[in-house]
Amino acid sequence: MVGVLDRRLLFVTGKGGVGKTTVAAALGLLAAREGRRTLMCEVDAKGDLTAAFEAGEVGFSPRELEPRLFAMTMDTEESLKEYLALQLHLPRLARLGPLARTFDFLANAAPGVKEVLTVGKLAWEVRERHYDLVVVDAAASGHVVGQLRAPQAINELLSVGLVREQTDWMMELLNDPATTGVVIVAAPEEMPVTESLELVDQLASTGVDLAAVVVNRVLPELFGRGEEEVFARLVEPAASAALSAALRRPVHRVLDAARLAMTLRRTRAAHLSRLRQGLGPERTVLYVPELFTRSHGRRATVQVTEALAAELS
Amino acid sequence: MTTGGSTIEQLLAAKEIVVVCGSGGVGKTSTAAALATIAAADLGGKVLVLTVDPARRLAAAMGLIGLGNAARRVSPEAFADAGIEPRGELWAAMLDTKQSWDDLIRRHAPDAATRDAILANPLYRNVAGRFVQSHDYIAMERLFELHSSGVYDLIVVDTPPTRHALDFLEAPERMAEFFSSRLLRWLLAPYRSRLVNVASRPFYQVADRVLGSAFLRDIAEFFMLFQSMYDGFVERAKAVERVLEDRRTTFVVVTTLESAPAHEARRFVDVLVSKRLHLGALVLNRVLPAELLDQGSSDAARQLRATPEAVAASLLVDHPELSDDPKLLARVLQELGDSFLNFQVVAKREAEQRAEIGVAADIVVSVPSLETDIFDIAGLARLAHQLR
Ligand SMILES: Nc1ncnc2c1ncn2[C@@H]1O[C@H](COP(=O)(O)OP(=O)(O)OP(=O)(O)O)[C@@H](O)[C@H]1O
Ligand SMILES: Nc1ncnc2c1ncn2[C@@H]1O[C@H](COP(=O)(O)OP(=O)(O)OP(=O)(O)O)[C@@H](O)[C@H]1O
Ligand SMILES: [Mg+2]
Ligand SMILES: [Mg+2]
Repeated sequence: MVGVLDRRLLFVTGKGGVGKTTVAAALGLLAAREGRRTLMCEVDAKGDLTAAFEAGEVGFSPRELEPRLFAMTMDTEESLKEYLALQLHLPRLARLGPLARTFDFLANAAPGVKEVLTVGKLAWEVRERHYDLVVVDAAASGHVVGQLRAPQAINELLSVGLVREQTDWMMELLNDPATTGVVIVAAPEEMPVTESLELVDQLASTGVDLAAVVVNRVLPELFGRGEEEVFARLVEPAASAALSAALRRPVHRVLDAARLAMTLRRTRAAHLSRLRQGLGPERTVLYVPELFTRSHGRRATVQVTEALAAELS
Repeated sequence: MTTGGSTIEQLLAAKEIVVVCGSGGVGKTSTAAALATIAAADLGGKVLVLTVDPARRLAAAMGLIGLGNAARRVSPEAFADAGIEPRGELWAAMLDTKQSWDDLIRRHAPDAATRDAILANPLYRNVAGRFVQSHDYIAMERLFELHSSGVYDLIVVDTPPTRHALDFLEAPERMAEFFSSRLLRWLLAPYRSRLVNVASRPFYQVADRVLGSAFLRDIAEFFMLFQSMYDGFVERAKAVERVLEDRRTTFVVVTTLESAPAHEARRFVDVLVSKRLHLGALVLNRVLPAELLDQGSSDAARQLRATPEAVAASLLVDHPELSDDPKLLARVLQELGDSFLNFQVVAKREAEQRAEIGVAADIVVSVPSLETDIFDIAGLARLAHQLR
């Protein structure tokens, strides 16, 4: 099994809101800190990826956010222009006004065109060895399969043409487990776990390898060995009244909050074990704890990075 | 628990269509089903919930597995099992995008030959599921269809998880625009007239080299067939839009108080206001209890965190049964303080979000995290209880 960061191209995906961007940012930062020249790419242009570094916007051309760590935003129109200019040597035509608009239109209509331009650009950066590692903050689970399958689909749809020729090397690169892998981010909740397991199945049909599953927002065990019994005695009316008296403040809400924490943890633990079971023992599973921070900028990214570093070491 | 002028029940009683929206995973499907449950249980009449992609167990509980587009009544036994005696009927239907598209083509195709040509076109099969946010459009289209059938007293619509929660609102407009676009005509022109005009020639040269001309021809054929349905589609898209604007329609925005969904919800509310659509209620789902913000408790937690040994020692004087290990007791006390303060950080963040977003609607409902997922009628009933 190839180590997660030893691959060259990682697609980070998962259900909406589970922490894809956070994990992609952390993987990028970790790789860069370990000395790899790393490119991170946000596929939907929401700006969350650079926000994770409090770094302001980036466009299609990569910008170095930290030493060795570059970020870019995917733009399929720019990708097409670059492709036309670099591969077909059509610089003048590429600047044609209506082309862009028509292209956009066509890309909406024809399945796989946008996807292949996205995946193609990233695969190209890998093939040309511009970076040691490319981390993609990819589409949510529903769409990522379409993206990864796009070269295959285009290949089948187009019988001739330059695009078709390009898809051969793309497929080879994507289907090489030493090069490319998918990182699924899951939250320990019902739907994200179900979707993650479905995605693992669907991935098999794309030929792209699963590099790891990151379980995000794991709640720490509140009490260690023997402590839960003490807590049970503490919530007895006489004891909790004594505790309130000792603190000279009402303590029942603190005890309620602990019960809530335990309930949340228990439900998450149940989903977690369902995920583990569904994945089987062979898969790499990495855990990232719930962060209790005021805000979610660079500090949170660094914390997640450190959690992942500990998991991977 | 609601705050503000009126209640969810009053809202449901006053409207014919309730559109439930919000960003991905916040609880739209559960909320839509729970709202429909409230209406069927308390208000009576025939209530339909049109769901999109429900979790499998919930779909099963509502009897929705393998039904395609057909509506099915949720069995009275399922209600009885949950201890509810509904006054009306709850019906449920799923949204099958592919089938809905096929139905749409059948309805609008000018003749049988065109219809069959479209349905058989390999591109159509690929495209039906994706182009121009077709999922969004189809959801609105089905709603229109069901509403004009007049069968239901109330229709509660779940919405698909789109990247931006408001995409579906603009879907009818986009659909109309798409079919009337000059770009489309321009693209098809050479295939109609065989006369490639000077302006578009370079494009075709590039496109030919890049994509291959056979593919381009396929696309052109496909869109040309589609063009024949132009009038029907545009007419329909406009009608769908009118239904959304109708005052018998209301929108319920669901969000958690996490920053990303809350941000999206705020934007959504703004769009509703600017489009003069009716914002009926705001559902804040899975919020932490307000007790976490209590000042006295917070002081207590801080004290537990700072001086657990001292507190443990004084507690053990009268309550030696708690533990024979003072260190163990101190550790438990410290963890209690830590945990409270940790969750308080999140609760504070939520309170700030709520202050910003809560002013938007007359009805604002907070729903706590239930202990289990919502996968059966009893679960819906529990959620419904929180929503009332
Ligand atoms: N381990 C964690 N602990 C606490 N909060 C977290 C954690 N991971 C992510 N978050 C927060 O959850 C929210 C969603 O995270 P993120 O933006 O990474 O998700 P995403 O999957 O990229 O979302 P989207 O589908 O909208 O792109 C953010 O506010 C983020 O700060
Ligand atoms: N208040 C709640 N307490 C506990 N679990 C909840 C609550 N609300 C929703 N859930 C659970 O959260 C998950 C997501 O809910 P749901 O499917 O309703 O969200 P959604 O917004 O429809 O998601 P999607 O955008 O993917 O369609 C489900 O497993 C549901 O059971
Ligand atoms: Mg993201
Ligand atoms: Mg849903």
